[in-house]
Amino acid sequence: MTGPEIDRLMTLLGRLPGLGPRSARRVALHLIQKRDAAMLPLIAALSDVAERVRPCGVCGNFDTRDPCAVCADPRRDDSALCVVEDVADLWAMERAGAFSGRYHVLGGVLSALEGVGPEDLAIPALEARCAGGAVREVVLALGATVDGQTTAHVIADRLAEVAPGLTVSSLGQGVPVGGELDFLDDGTIGAALRARRPV
Amino acid sequence: MAVEWRDEAIVLAGRPHGETSLLVSVLSRTHGRHMGLVRGGVGKAARGLWQPGNRLHVTWKARLADHLGTLSGEMADALAARVLGHGDRLAVLAAICAVAEAALPEREAFADLFEDTAALLALTADPEAPALADLTAAYVRWEMGVLADLGFGLDLTACAATGATEGLVYVSPRTGRAVSAAPGAPWHDRLLPLPAFLVAGEASPGVSAEVARAGLRLTGHFLDRHVFVATRSAGAPPARARLTARLEARGDIG
Repeated sequence: MTGPEIDRLMTLLGRLPGLGPRSARRVALHLIQKRDAAMLPLIAALSDVAERVRPCGVCGNFDTRDPCAVCADPRRDDSALCVVEDVADLWAMERAGAFSGRYHVLGGVLSALEGVGPEDLAIPALEARCAGGAVREVVLALGATVDGQTTAHVIADRLAEVAPGLTVSSLGQGVPVGGELDFLDDGTIGAALRARRPV
Repeated sequence: MAVEWRDEAIVLAGRPHGETSLLVSVLSRTHGRHMGLVRGGVGKAARGLWQPGNRLHVTWKARLADHLGTLSGEMADALAARVLGHGDRLAVLAAICAVAEAALPEREAFADLFEDTAALLALTADPEAPALADLTAAYVRWEMGVLADLGFGLDLTACAATGATEGLVYVSPRTGRAVSAAPGAPWHDRLLPLPAFLVAGEASPGVSAEVARAGLRLTGHFLDRHVFVATRSAGAPPARARLTARLEARGDIG
């Protein structure tokens, strides 16, 4: 029904996150039918990103320059460093616009099953950044999972050795904005109750 | 004909399978360590449910008994959430789940071990949980139970050389039998120290970090020798090593 070129395109599209064979077919057909409006600009964008985007040598973010725009921004607070699991989390923090310090991307969390140890993550680089003395607070913005929090405690222990005066904090856990108690899981309700504060 | 069972279970581990599913391993009361696919397990609603240490009511279904099957569950006790903010307790919980996952054979029931694991996890998640060294002592006793259930139990009731039941201070690294002070003295550097909290009848409040470490070394030796060499894991799970390191960093404060 289709030629090998289109089959190859559909196969590659079908391997992307969130796409299966059926949606890959739809996307491929859309690109072919909208050659000028969708396919050629997409090719140009992909080629541009493939050629120019690299991980930032300081924080691990993706950008066309190294250091990245976040690391190079002189208005950001050098004394606060937010540690995130991956670049998607960095982008989520930036979307929220609530943090004005610098970032450090770990590249994952410790996982016994996946065989990920501290040396497989950017923990030594984080220690080197904190040992310099410019950083006064590290915010551990890692997932509220057993692996995420195990990683947070391991990092906190290691930072206590290399930078003893450093403040290490982690994100709070509790009721999300717009959340209703009836729909929350037991663990979140418990965490929210333990983190209650005076009104 | 389709197979289905319901049971109480403790989540031991989970890893993503595809984009939306989780491959989960649980320790169930009557079906032992069991795996299953949790459809939608990485979704927002299910992510908190399948955290290691949580106690659930699970349902396992498959077309044939030897298939992987699918798991679904309802929370019975959200234990993991209670320890996330406590490094020491989280280290113990992670070690329990990792060792059970690495050591226990699949689909073989250990009813007593399920009870012991549930009790130790409950102690770990208790807001009044003891200090790390005491918690580790309880953990070491649990590992003794794991060894016993797997057929490698240590005999700490009497001295292997004299039959004496008093003054037991060593364990033979080869036989796993206790040895008392005098007959063990010539080989003290080759014998494993026997922590007092493991000797039958002795209570163990206020265990020091050093003694708790000796307990971890003792059970670690026999787990490495008999269990981890025979399983798919290449050695003791990293979570157990992290618990040991945490205890070592603690010095003797307990």
